Amino acid sequence: MKFLSKYRRHKLATPLLLLFALFGIGLTFSVASATEAPKAVNAQAKSTLIQEGQQIFLKGCSSCHGLNAEGGAVAPSLIGVGAASVDFQVATGRMPMQDMSQQAMRKAPVYNEEEVAALAAYVASLAPGPRAYTNEEITWERDGNTAEGGELFRNNCAMCHNFAGQGGALTKGKYAPSVMGVEPRHIYEAMITGPQAMPVFSDKIITPEEKLSIIKWIKAAENEPNLGGAALGRVGPVTEGLLIWTFGLGLLIGIAVWLTAKAR
Amino acid sequence: MSARERIAGNVANYVDERTGAAAWMKKNLQKVFPDHWSFMLGEIALYSFLILLLSGTFLTFWFDPSMRHVVYEGSYQPLKDVEMSAAYASTLHISFDVRGGLLMRQIHHWAALIFMAAIVVHLLRVFFTGAFRKPREFNWILGIALLTLGIVEGFLGYSLPDDLLSGTGIRIAHAIIQSIPVVGTYLSFFAFGGAFPGEVFIPRIYIVHVLLLPGIFLALITVHLMLVWYQKHTQYPGPGRTEKNVVGYPLMPVYMAKAGGFFFIVFGITAFLGAVASINPIWLYGPYTPGQISAGSQPDWYMGWLDGLVRMAPPLETHAFGHTISWNILLPGLIIPGIIFTGMALYPFIESWITGDKREHHLLDRPRNVPNRTALGVMSLTFMLVALINGGNDIIATHFDLTINQIMWFSRIGIIVLPPLAFVITKRICLSLQRADRELVLHGKETGRLVMLPHGEFIEIHEELSPAKKFTLTQHEQPKAIALVKEDARGVINPKGIRAKLQARFSAANAENIAKPTAAEVKELEGGHH
Amino acid sequence: MSKELEPLADPGLPEHIHRKADTDPIAAKRAERQVAVLFSLSAVGTLLFIYSFFFIKEDQFIFIPIMGSTNAQQLGIGLGMAMSLLFIGFGAVHWAKTLMPDQEVIAYRHEMRSDDADRGEFVKAAKEGAELAGLGRRPLIKRTLAAAAGLAGLPAILLLRDLGPLPGNALNETSWKTGTRLVTDPGDRPIKASDLEVGGVAQVMPELPAGKKRALEDIAKDAVLLIRLRPSEFQLDPERLSWTHEGIIAFSKICSHMGCAVALYEQTTKHLLCPCHQSTFDVTRAAKVIFGPAARPLPQLAITVDADGYLIAKQPFTEAVGPSFWERKS
Repeated sequence: MKFLSKYRRHKLATPLLLLFALFGIGLTFSVASATEAPKAVNAQAKSTLIQEGQQIFLKGCSSCHGLNAEGGAVAPSLIGVGAASVDFQVATGRMPMQDMSQQAMRKAPVYNEEEVAALAAYVASLAPGPRAYTNEEITWERDGNTAEGGELFRNNCAMCHNFAGQGGALTKGKYAPSVMGVEPRHIYEAMITGPQAMPVFSDKIITPEEKLSIIKWIKAAENEPNLGGAALGRVGPVTEGLLIWTFGLGLLIGIAVWLTAKAR
Repeated sequence: MSARERIAGNVANYVDERTGAAAWMKKNLQKVFPDHWSFMLGEIALYSFLILLLSGTFLTFWFDPSMRHVVYEGSYQPLKDVEMSAAYASTLHISFDVRGGLLMRQIHHWAALIFMAAIVVHLLRVFFTGAFRKPREFNWILGIALLTLGIVEGFLGYSLPDDLLSGTGIRIAHAIIQSIPVVGTYLSFFAFGGAFPGEVFIPRIYIVHVLLLPGIFLALITVHLMLVWYQKHTQYPGPGRTEKNVVGYPLMPVYMAKAGGFFFIVFGITAFLGAVASINPIWLYGPYTPGQISAGSQPDWYMGWLDGLVRMAPPLETHAFGHTISWNILLPGLIIPGIIFTGMALYPFIESWITGDKREHHLLDRPRNVPNRTALGVMSLTFMLVALINGGNDIIATHFDLTINQIMWFSRIGIIVLPPLAFVITKRICLSLQRADRELVLHGKETGRLVMLPHGEFIEIHEELSPAKKFTLTQHEQPKAIALVKEDARGVINPKGIRAKLQARFSAANAENIAKPTAAEVKELEGGHH
Repeated sequence: MSKELEPLADPGLPEHIHRKADTDPIAAKRAERQVAVLFSLSAVGTLLFIYSFFFIKEDQFIFIPIMGSTNAQQLGIGLGMAMSLLFIGFGAVHWAKTLMPDQEVIAYRHEMRSDDADRGEFVKAAKEGAELAGLGRRPLIKRTLAAAAGLAGLPAILLLRDLGPLPGNALNETSWKTGTRLVTDPGDRPIKASDLEVGGVAQVMPELPAGKKRALEDIAKDAVLLIRLRPSEFQLDPERLSWTHEGIIAFSKICSHMGCAVALYEQTTKHLLCPCHQSTFDVTRAAKVIFGPAARPLPQLAITVDADGYLIAKQPFTEAVGPSFWERKS
C-alpha cells in the first residue's frame, strides 16, 4: 500500500496505468471473442461415394442449400456447379459458413479429404459441371512461366487481390482474400468456378497453360524473401507512412528530447 | 605556440586576408541558440534534405529517365523478358544489380517520408507556439512554400521508376490537369507531349525532380535559415527570458556538437530504416501500363489527404453549352487544396488583424494561453486526418472488417461535423488548463499528503510553486478584445464598415480567456494556506 | 496597468546546477570513456559495412524474426552504415551533454527595425536615385520600358509551344472501328461468344493489324472489359440492349472519373468497382454510377459477331472514353 501512495503522483504513473488498462481490455476481448473450432462430422460408412456424399450433404449442407441442392433463400443452387466448386469451397474451409456474413471466409476445414471427395462426387452427380483437380495434376512448376504469370496476374487478378496477392476490398464488406498459402488445385478451381463475387475465368479466356503460369507466379511471390527488409504487409504506402509516423519520427523526437535534456 | 596552433593561425590568416571573415566570425561563433527538443523538428527536416541530396545523387548515377521500351534482362527472374520502360528497368538494375543500390533507394525514400513528416510537425510547433508572428511572417510563408514544393517533389520522385502504383498516380494527376476548364486539354497535351502516357513525361519530371526543385529548395531553405539566424530563434517563456534576450548555448562548441551530432543521428536512423524495412518494392508492382491496376492503390502519406478528398467528393459534374466542368475533380484536387494552402500562408496576417497586435514577438505562446488559435489548429488537423483516413479506406476496410461504403460515409459526414466539434472541445480544454494553471499558482501543487487538523478535519497539503514556476505560468499577456467603434467623437461612421464589425467579433472570441492570477491575488493567499 | 493587474515578478535565470562531470574528475573520465566507446562503435559499423559489401554474396538470405527472410548483404551494409553514422552522432551529443559547458548564456536582441537615422538616409538615397533615373519626368521612357519588358517575356512562353501537339479530336477517338475484332489481353486471341461463360469477365483490346505493336497510348483509351450475364439480368433500354450479344456486354475499362482501370467485377452483385476512388458501376444498367465520385457511366461499346462467330465492335464508341474534359459535350 505504501508503494502505491508513494508513486501515485509519479510522472510515469498515468502512462503506465493506461498501458495496463489497454492491455487488460485487449486480453479480455481476445479471450471473449475466441470461437471454438467446429467439431468434425463423422459420416457413416456407405456403399458408394455418391451416397456417402449425399449423407454428408443432408446432414451439413441441406439446411441452407435445400434437400436436393436446389438452393434456398440464403444459399444458391448447387446443381451444375461441379466437383471443382465443392472441392474449392469445402476443402478450404469456406463451407460450411461460420456465420451468415457478407462472404465465406477461408478457415480450418470441417470435412477431411475423403468427405470432401464424397461431397464433390454427390454434387457432380446432380448435373455436369467443372471437375475437381488434384495438386499433382496442376503441373505449375514444369509447365508454367513465372514472368508470364506475373503479367497475367497483374492484368486479371491484381485489381482485386492486390499486386502481391495480399487481397483487397470489394464493395459492402466483401473482399478478395489473400492468395498466399493456397493449394495450387484450389487456385485453379477458383479461377474456373468463380466462387462468390469472383468472376469465372474460362479456359478460352485464360488458357490452362496461362492458369499454370499464374499459379507459378503466385508461388514465386509467396516464397520470395522480403528483399529490402520487413515487407510491412506488401500493401504499399499506407503501412510505410504508418511506420514513419510511429517508429521513424517517434524515435527521432525521442532522441531530440534526450539530446536537449540536462545531463546528470 | 604549438605546431597545431601555428597551422591553424596560418589558415585563418590566409582566409581572413582574402575575405575579412574574422569580423563576422567573431560574433557568430558565440551566437546563442535556445535549447529545446521542439526546436529540433525543423532540423530533422533540414538533415533529411541533405540526406536526400546525397542519396539522390547516388541514384542518378544509374537511373535512366527514359520511357523507351526495353525487354528486361536483369537478375530478377519474375520479370524476365517482360517489356517495360528503361526507367523501370534501370530502377530494377539499381535494386538488384548494384551493390548498395536497394539500400540507397530505400534510404532515399524513407528520408523523403521523414522530410515531409518533420516539416509537418515543425509547422505544427511553429503554429501552436505562435512563432510565425512579427517579425517572422515571411519565414512562415517560406515554410508553407517548402511544404507545398516538398509534396510535389516527393510525388515526382516516386513516379520516376514508372511502376504500376506510381503510374496510376500520374494518371490521376493527368486527369486533374485535363479537367481544368478551358485550358485543361492543352495543358495536359503539352505536359505529356501528346496523349497519356506519352514518351516524355518521365524525362521531364526527372529534370524538375533533380534540378529545378532541389535548386529552389536550396535557395528557399537558405533564406529560411538566414532569417532564423538574423532574427534570432524564438524561445519559450520562463524565468530570465524576456522579449529582449535569447537564453541558450553558444554555437561553438555546444550547438555545433549537438546539431552536428543530430545530423548523424538522423542519417543513421534513416539508414537503419533503409536496412530493415522495405519501401516501394517496385519489382512487385510491375511496370506501368494503363490497362492494369492494383487493389489498394494509394499515394505516399503526404498526399493521402488529397486522395481521401477525391474519394469522398460527391459525383458532381455540370454540362452546359457543350462543355463539361468536373467539380468532383476540381473541388478536391485543386480548389480545396488551394484554399487550404493560401489560408495557411496568410494566417499570420489574418491573426494580426484579429488581435490588432503589431508588435514584435520573440517569446513563444503556451498553446493553452491562446485557445482560439490552438482550437483552430486542432480543427485543421482533424480535417486533414479525416481526409487522410479516407485515403486508405480500402486498406482499413480489409484489415478492420469494415466496408469501404461505411468509411466513405463516415468521412463525408465526418469531415464537416468533426472539425467544428474539435474546435469547441479544444477551446474548452485550453480554458480548463488555464483554470488549472490559475489554481496551481494561487493554491500550489497537490502533494497527496494528508494531515488531520486538531478539530478533526482532514486537509491535503499543497506545496507552493517556486517563484520561477509561478512566473512561467503567469508571464503571458491576455489582451483585451478590440472594441467596435461605430462612430468617432464627431459622429463620423467607421469607414471600415463590415470589416470592423468582423474584426471586433473575432477579436472578442479570441480574447476569451480565464483571467490569470495577479501579484496582488497571490500575495493575498500567501502564507499558511493549504 | 493598475496595481491589480501587475504580473508576477521575473525571478531571473535559475541557479546553475552542476553535472557530476563538472565537479568529479572520475565522473568526467567515465563520460570521456563513454564517448570514446560510442565513437568506436561507429568504427565497428564501418567495418561491418566493408565486410558485408565485399564478402557477403548477393544471393545469400538470412532469416530475422519479424523481418522474415531477407537479403543478407543488403542488411549487412545497411546496418553497418546505420551504425557508423548513428554512433558518431550519439558520441558527439553525449560529449556535448556531459563534458562541454552547459552554462546558459544570455545574448541580447535589438529591435529589427532600423533606427530613424538609417531609415532617413535610405529614403534619401532611394529618392535621389529615382530622381536621377528621371523616370518621373520622362513618361515616354517609362511607358516604352514597360511595354518592352512585358513583351520580352513572350518568347519564353512561346518557346514552350512545341512541348506537345494540340489535342485536336484525339480525346474523342479510339482504335475501335466498325468490325474491329475483340482480342484477349494478353494473348491477342479473338473471342467467340461461347468462350465466355456466364459470370465470366475478359480483358480485351482491339485487334491490331498484322505487325503493328500496341502502344501504351492506345491501351490508355482502347482497353475494354467484356462481361457475360444472363440476358434476363439486364435492365437496359432497347437501344443499349441491342449493343449486347447473348448476355455479353462491353464497357470501356478506363474509369470515367480519373482514368484508372475499372477492372474489378463482382459476379454476385454485377457491380464494377474502381479501386482508385471506389466508384461503383452497375453493369445491368449500362454501368450507371451507384456509389463514389464518378459522375458518368462507363461508355458502352456496341458488340456483335462476325461471319466466323468472333465478337466484333458494331460501331466506334459513341462518346469520349476516360476522364472528363472541358470540350466534352456530355
